[in-house]
Amino acid sequence: MFHFRNKTLMASARALAAAVAISAVGVVSAAAGEITGAGATFPAPIYTKWAEQYAATGGDSLNYQAIGSGAGVTQIINRTVDFGASDTAVAPERLASQNLLQFPAVIGGVVIAVNIPGVDGNALKLTGPIIADIYLGRVRMWNDRRITAINPGVSLPALAIAPAYRADSSGTTNIFTSYIASISLPFQSQVGAGNSVAWRAGIGAPGNAGVAGAIRNTRGGFGYVEYAYATENRMQTPMIQNRSGQFVRPSTAAFSAAAAQANWANAPNLAVSMNNTVGATNWPIVGPTYIMIPKNPADGDRAAAVLKFFDWAFRNGSPAADQLHYVMLPESVRTQVRARWAQVKSGGRPVYTPAR
Amino acid sequence: MTIQAINHARYIRRRVVSAFMTVLCSVAAVIGLIFLGLILWTLVEKGAAGLSPNLFTHSMKTPGQGGGLGNAIVGSLIQVGMGTLLGAPLGMAVGVYLAEVGREGRFASVVRFVNDILLSAPSVLVGLFVYQIVVVPMGGFSAIAGSIALALLAMPVIARTTEDIMKLVPEAYREGSKALGARDSTTVLKVTLPAAFGGILTGVLLAVARISGETAPLIFTSLGSFNWSENLTSAMASLPIAIYRYASSPYEEWVDLAWSGALIITLGVLVLNIASRISHFLVSGRQ
Amino acid sequence: MTTAPLEGSRRFHLGENLFRAVLFVAAVVVLVTMGAILIILFESGHVAFQKFGVAFIWLNQWDPVRDLYGAAPAIVGTLATSFLALVLAWPIGFGIAYVLTEICPRPLRGPVGVAVELLAAVPSIVYGMWGFFVLAPVMSTTVQPWLTEKLAFLPPVGEFYWFSGAPVGVGLFTASVVLAIMILPFIAAASRDVLQTTPQLLKEGGYAMGATRWEVLTGVVIPAVRGSLFGAVFLGLGRALGETMAVTFVIGNANRLPDSFYAPTASIASIVANEFPDADQGSLKLASLFALGFILFVVSFFVLALARLLLRQGRMA
Repeated sequence: MFHFRNKTLMASARALAAAVAISAVGVVSAAAGEITGAGATFPAPIYTKWAEQYAATGGDSLNYQAIGSGAGVTQIINRTVDFGASDTAVAPERLASQNLLQFPAVIGGVVIAVNIPGVDGNALKLTGPIIADIYLGRVRMWNDRRITAINPGVSLPALAIAPAYRADSSGTTNIFTSYIASISLPFQSQVGAGNSVAWRAGIGAPGNAGVAGAIRNTRGGFGYVEYAYATENRMQTPMIQNRSGQFVRPSTAAFSAAAAQANWANAPNLAVSMNNTVGATNWPIVGPTYIMIPKNPADGDRAAAVLKFFDWAFRNGSPAADQLHYVMLPESVRTQVRARWAQVKSGGRPVYTPAR
Repeated sequence: MTIQAINHARYIRRRVVSAFMTVLCSVAAVIGLIFLGLILWTLVEKGAAGLSPNLFTHSMKTPGQGGGLGNAIVGSLIQVGMGTLLGAPLGMAVGVYLAEVGREGRFASVVRFVNDILLSAPSVLVGLFVYQIVVVPMGGFSAIAGSIALALLAMPVIARTTEDIMKLVPEAYREGSKALGARDSTTVLKVTLPAAFGGILTGVLLAVARISGETAPLIFTSLGSFNWSENLTSAMASLPIAIYRYASSPYEEWVDLAWSGALIITLGVLVLNIASRISHFLVSGRQ
Repeated sequence: MTTAPLEGSRRFHLGENLFRAVLFVAAVVVLVTMGAILIILFESGHVAFQKFGVAFIWLNQWDPVRDLYGAAPAIVGTLATSFLALVLAWPIGFGIAYVLTEICPRPLRGPVGVAVELLAAVPSIVYGMWGFFVLAPVMSTTVQPWLTEKLAFLPPVGEFYWFSGAPVGVGLFTASVVLAIMILPFIAAASRDVLQTTPQLLKEGGYAMGATRWEVLTGVVIPAVRGSLFGAVFLGLGRALGETMAVTFVIGNANRLPDSFYAPTASIASIVANEFPDADQGSLKLASLFALGFILFVVSFFVLALARLLLRQGRMA
């Protein structure tokens, strides 16, 4: 093991770069009328849609880059964006140490999408354990006995299942793996749950869009995506057996039913789980997605612009949410979120106070 | 007689072997060229349909909104332009140093060797490097960081071609200049550099072509954006990143845009290359 | 080399010294850039080496949930795709070079040569897209099942099952084919340049002795430029090792050792591109990614250094 570490050189290189950077900032200090956010791909369709509608009403323009939840957290910790977005709630201690406020923004469902030539994937039935075993490499063919057993009347081909997953770190992966880990003990012990896990089988693709693309372009494709990505692309989404033993189709109503079970009252930072809830019509894989914003923003005006945007979305975002199959937060939760915005301060004062 | 017969048989065999191998090589060449032709054909086939004024005037938008690639094209022009402005003088200075000052000295040899390695070093690592020394200290992704990464990729290309071209300038030019009592700086600036100018321009054009297609380093530096932006200190769109994001999307409309973008960027790169060849041809024709 | 280097020690002159200083600083910048890249990559990645030891290089693990990292899958994926690409591209690239220097009618040599050089300039992301949208479906439906059937007799080596497994279309094999197509123009152009350096006199001598075209190539040309030819190949290898976009599209992005040519795997560059954006500052994962970058840099450095030495040797001979 070599141990040469030239800290001085590294430090001076950084100092030099910073000096160059600062002088450059001095040259072009024009205030940007654009707020930037980065992170989760799961809510990207709704944020982009809201941003367009918001800009059309004369609001600030929003640049949202869907780079994955993990990346969103990193970027807001580095303060490289005005807000970060993640489908995984960040631990309260970490939020405190990084001086971040976290709040839920919208709720969505994760679905399985398939591409089996000659088979109507929407009519296919799957269970949590089968899904887990596909990702563990134990169920490899579409005509596996365990799949055909619960799908009488569907003639499944002797085609290899090509499971796809997120290659980047993703909150969608966290919601999904939390669900299958809670259902399958082998998955729990061999893989576990997280933003990015050590998959046993399948191919990785970047982003919800990448996974959807991989499924669409691969015969026998199988994977998990946020519902909007599946519907926008007319992908086939099998039914999944929920905790009450019912096979349910993904739908906004099924997501709402699951969201209604969430226990917001006892959730620190309003971080709740909606996976695998009890109820005949509940979709089993549902989760909220979160926004993170510094409590001590370097530029109070930009932070205010971010909060103003979400305030607008909370009031006017419902039609777009319905159209893209997301579920708005319950009104009571929206009120709680607005109250928490007072923690974002600049010069000792809240940067933005929502109108009553 | 018998010896002649044997020789004749051997001769035939040698001819056959040679002809066979020649055919094999030709087949290999044809296969290779077919593959490469296929790629260009795919680009035209899938990309040409999407070429419309909207592609250049509209920014990137969510599917169904009639988005284009205007902001990405402008972003690429800005970053490639700044990268060239930063990298070209530096690369030219290195090339002049190697050709006129350092020459075969030990230090110059090391610089030449290192430059040649930088020339083909993985660009993704240059992206990581610039992330650590520019993006993190600056506190954000920026067009400046993207331009610095591109400049670092352009520099070795320009250094190499500048040196090669300067070496082609006849020694008599230098001797003549010196005999007139000119200082080295005068000789270089007034005599050899102007003589080599066309060739250096070729190198610059080649470097521009190379960096305008770079994707990996920009992921870590200028990030990409959906919006119009001329703000150098914030994230900026670029054509390669737009293609990357669109191509890995499931939306047909975006994938079509990605093909159009790929066609634009390839045509641009090819035009630059051909322009560099023409400038090179004109210059070498003059000499 | 007719004149001495321009180092006349005439009177002190500000402009002259400034001129030299500027050029010297530029030359130093080249060295500093190289050194700084190496140091920054190591400095940012050494935590991973501290945590896992040198074993990081051969640990077969990439498990962000348990925070366990190792370079084996990425290194194997990088080397396997690059070498396979070379095996596929070299004969064809050499064939093109040979045809261009010896067989092709003279009027065609220029245009075809330029065409090959232009193809070397096509951005790698275009090759990646082509691989994903055009090649992968063909691989999945036609090439892979056919190869599986024809090559079923190959006995498995340990855990490696050659051309078996689900014909998904993306994976180690497809990535190698795309890389091969991408480095083909480089190898062809570099090999042609090398073949052209063989003195005409030598070749004519060969023909005068009654040697056939093939005999002149194998008996005269190749021995004369062998080193440089290897240099051209290593240059292609260096290109393949660090290629990011063309590979990321088609390698399948699975951080596991491949168990067949069809299995999805990962390369160093593809892992870095996929996972870098979400690695937290100060995390072991980020350090591991930089450590991977450092390893790639060192490997590329040696391959490219070897290529340059071989090519330069040839130029001097």
